[in-house]
Amino acid sequence: MAVSLTTQDRAMLDGAHGPAAQLAMRVLLPVAKSVGADGLIDIEQAHAGSCIYLGQANLDFAEHLVSLGGRVRVPTTLNVGTMDMIHPELFNGPDEIRAGGTRLMKAHEELGCVPTFTCAPYLTIYRPRFGAQIAWSESNAASFANSVIGARTERYGDFVDMCCAMTGRAPYYGLHVTENRRARVVFEIESLPPEWAAADLACVAIGHIAGKRCGNTVPAIVGLPSAATEDDLKALGATAASSGAVGMFHVVSRTPEAPSLDAALQGEAPEETVHVTADDLRATVRNLSTAADGSPLTAVCLGTPHFSIGEFSRLVPLIGDTRLTSEMYVNTSRSTLEQLDARGWTRQLEAAGVTLVIDTCTYVTTVMRDMSGTMMTNSGKWAYYAPGNLNVDVAFGSLADCVASARAGRVARRA
Amino acid sequence: MTALAATTLAPGRADAAPVVLAEPLSFCGGLDAVTGRVIDRWHPQHGLFIAGGILVMESGRGSSGGGPVLAEAIRLGVAPLGIVLMRPDPILTVGALVAGQLYGRHCPIVLAEARDWPRITMAKRLVLDAEADVARIELFDA
Repeated sequence: MAVSLTTQDRAMLDGAHGPAAQLAMRVLLPVAKSVGADGLIDIEQAHAGSCIYLGQANLDFAEHLVSLGGRVRVPTTLNVGTMDMIHPELFNGPDEIRAGGTRLMKAHEELGCVPTFTCAPYLTIYRPRFGAQIAWSESNAASFANSVIGARTERYGDFVDMCCAMTGRAPYYGLHVTENRRARVVFEIESLPPEWAAADLACVAIGHIAGKRCGNTVPAIVGLPSAATEDDLKALGATAASSGAVGMFHVVSRTPEAPSLDAALQGEAPEETVHVTADDLRATVRNLSTAADGSPLTAVCLGTPHFSIGEFSRLVPLIGDTRLTSEMYVNTSRSTLEQLDARGWTRQLEAAGVTLVIDTCTYVTTVMRDMSGTMMTNSGKWAYYAPGNLNVDVAFGSLADCVASARAGRVARRA
Repeated sequence: MTALAATTLAPGRADAAPVVLAEPLSFCGGLDAVTGRVIDRWHPQHGLFIAGGILVMESGRGSSGGGPVLAEAIRLGVAPLGIVLMRPDPILTVGALVAGQLYGRHCPIVLAEARDWPRITMAKRLVLDAEADVARIELFDA
């Protein structure tokens, strides 16, 4: 089936809007065709994930667009890069990656993108509106936009995101289309571990279970603790997009397209209903760790996805005035850093030994001073990727357990 | 030899032994683009060398940086020579398309029919011809 083109699409393909838009259209159309889209739609904004230096290839692509005089056609935020441009001295990796990563981030600015450098663009002023058609890269961002906001995007990969940004168009398929946003698998949480006071562990655990079970189908979750915050939903989505390819989830009575289970299912029957017990949730959390309780702790890594101001407001009182024994890294964005500065929290956290990592993330780049031994995190996504990316042992725990462990210098979990 | 029809996602030709993955692999964080090895510690085939074979997996998975990782592996010559999927994956498709545009090196990606999957995974050698919209997969027993 051919992708039908508007007059404008055809003009772009013919080079009427310059050679960069033309190249973008040349890549975008086979991608649209490959996913079965019969046309393209206008997008209000894009989020480009291609700022992480993954090798010469993505720099070659960005430089090529710059050399063609390329310019994005819609507001385009940028995902994390390889470098913390605010604290470039934190980077302790190879010079080739420092140079390539720095250039890659600058090249995207030259293409007209907004230097947000965050994997949580939904926490910035560029948060899309309900129902907006957008083209977002970064699996957790796409999941949040679809699920928590009700904007509409597929999970765009690097390169496609920039092709959408350069053309202002996206393939009309998948989660852009109402009927594909229907839940197909229902997860019913039948019981919660009573020892889990907050909702954070339950959200990571159900995210992990749903991701493993669903692949890329849309789940609806029933029985999530009502105490779950927007930050907990962010963690749920990030985990489900790591252990699986979940681009959208519904939490019944919570997320905007799931006022009821029937609404999430769009009136149809689920293909499968999965019953989840407290024991399933506990086992899932246990299996996210490769390190045992009591292991000497090298560092705690928080902020995958980027810490929100709400998460900092929980972290700051947990840390108080005491200096931590283990190192602690917290990833966040420039815009959240400004809010930390305004509240005096930057100085307070740094005095306690916390390293704030801006524009990037500890699991995609080398900023940690000591990479040996055990790392601890409250992020299901970080716990999933760090053993492979960083070759470290991981202990997963709640935010409170992470802080208690950093103070003790060893893994100390209550649950 | 058996010939099957499939859908071209990214163009090219390849001829190699299949490397069948038991679970979908996220290229971003799951594949080392320099060595061509599976580095996802949670993947049952952790450590497997996938360069030079035709990767056969049901679908893509995980974070969206997979395209550049595939493009870089293609640039360095440690990518699979081709990929057979059962579900379309735009992340891998664009990685192959961009590598083709930038370097003129092609890693064909084809979408096979679900009913053909058992035969594809059992074959000893695969030949992919993905120059046209309709691709051809040739299966050999030896």
